[in-house]
Amino acid sequence: MPEENNKNKWEPRIIAFFCNWCTYTAADLAGVSRLKYAPNVKVIRVMCSGRIDPQFILQSLASGADGVLIGGCHPGDCHYSEGNYKMLRRFRLLQRILKSMGIEKERVRLEWISASEGEKVKTVINEMVDTIRELGPLGIPLNILEYNKDLIETKTEENRKEEVEYV
Amino acid sequence: MSEKPKIAFYWCASCGGCEESVVDLAEDILMVADAVDIVFWPVAMDFKKSDVEAMEDGSILATMLNGAIRTSEQVEMARLMRKKSKILIAYGSCAHMGGIPALANEFESTEILKYIYDDAPSVINPEKTRPQMSYRDKSANITLPAFRNIVRTLNQVVDVDYYLPGCPPTPKLLKQAVLTLLSGKLPPKGTVLSPDIALCEECPRKDSKPAELSFTHFKRPHLVIAEDDKCLLAQNIICMGPATRSGCEALCINGNMACSGCFGPTSRVKDQGAKILSSICSNLKATTEVEIDKVLDEIPDPVGTFYRYGLASSLLRKKIPEGI
Repeated sequence: MPEENNKNKWEPRIIAFFCNWCTYTAADLAGVSRLKYAPNVKVIRVMCSGRIDPQFILQSLASGADGVLIGGCHPGDCHYSEGNYKMLRRFRLLQRILKSMGIEKERVRLEWISASEGEKVKTVINEMVDTIRELGPLGIPLNILEYNKDLIETKTEENRKEEVEYV
Repeated sequence: MSEKPKIAFYWCASCGGCEESVVDLAEDILMVADAVDIVFWPVAMDFKKSDVEAMEDGSILATMLNGAIRTSEQVEMARLMRKKSKILIAYGSCAHMGGIPALANEFESTEILKYIYDDAPSVINPEKTRPQMSYRDKSANITLPAFRNIVRTLNQVVDVDYYLPGCPPTPKLLKQAVLTLLSGKLPPKGTVLSPDIALCEECPRKDSKPAELSFTHFKRPHLVIAEDDKCLLAQNIICMGPATRSGCEALCINGNMACSGCFGPTSRVKDQGAKILSSICSNLKATTEVEIDKVLDEIPDPVGTFYRYGLASSLLRKKIPEGI
């Protein structure tokens, strides 16, 4: 959470999807080892990185997240044998779509973090927060509000009639 | 003689194909014309906007509005039709999800105008003349609608009651919709008037779809003659069928073309493009980044392929311009 005295200052908001068997356990380990990392990440536990529908990632960004972090088991280590490969393939194609839609590739990051790598959770989160801080806010909901200003501007039938009246 | 229910048709950013689909009712259009009064239909009948303005609010039973919303005039007309109609139906892919015009959401409006009026190979415009929003000469003050920076679906502008999907909707669906409206037994608001299952369910090639697909490469439809009795995905051709609502009776498949997704997703899916991406990627054989990219690079334009009709209604909606 942002500190009390600079409430208005923008802070990166990152949604993380961590797989139950590896990365989430690693985040637990980071916790019990009392490792400190940036508080900008909201972690959502999923059973497998293969469970992460690309819609989750897009929905996070569209709802105002500045970045999405995905953590899964190392290749070959998936609890369900190949869920992480599915995630990897979706990630590769999703990155191309994000690029076409003007979203920097650094905003969505995929990392393999095993249950014993508590230290890596810390490093990755800190790195990602720094990167996003550098990039600035993504602000999709604000962009949409900005676009929607033209709907308010659009004239009503009544005053438009005046405008086209012949002089 | 009791008064017949009133129906109106209107078009916004569209190609005219939806209007054509109304005519495609063929003899059935006589049934429609018998049952209802068409009170506004700019493409076919001579009514003016002022005629609509003079109507009582809510006096039209239903308006079928096709086309996406790009200009201020379209917003204005959508609002007018909404006010005058009991039921507003988003007719066709463009009104439903943005359609082809919404692919322009990959660009800023300034980029589009620059291309059209300066850069296109067929344009000679050394003075860089652009259309002005208003022009005053001796006798009149002439105005043009504003060209907005984003293409919208109809429901992003006004409240929509029902959706008739398709590019264009089939005459069969239109006929069903009109019969439903006349019967008075209306489905819940927001219903897409087409079966809520994936196209694969009604695909004539369903039985040839393997339980497990395993893509090692993709073929682009114009570079290959597809076998006409085998699932197109099984032939390594991208088919949007698994992520697309049924109801079209697999028209394109019957023409040996892959589904391009014009009916939009089923009600369980928010973002059609993300869903087909998910499905296709799950079924790739490759497991290393290099191999994966090699196969996926055979889809040259993922946004144009997966969001061909749905960019305006997708989660991201519009490209984020550089440098803001």
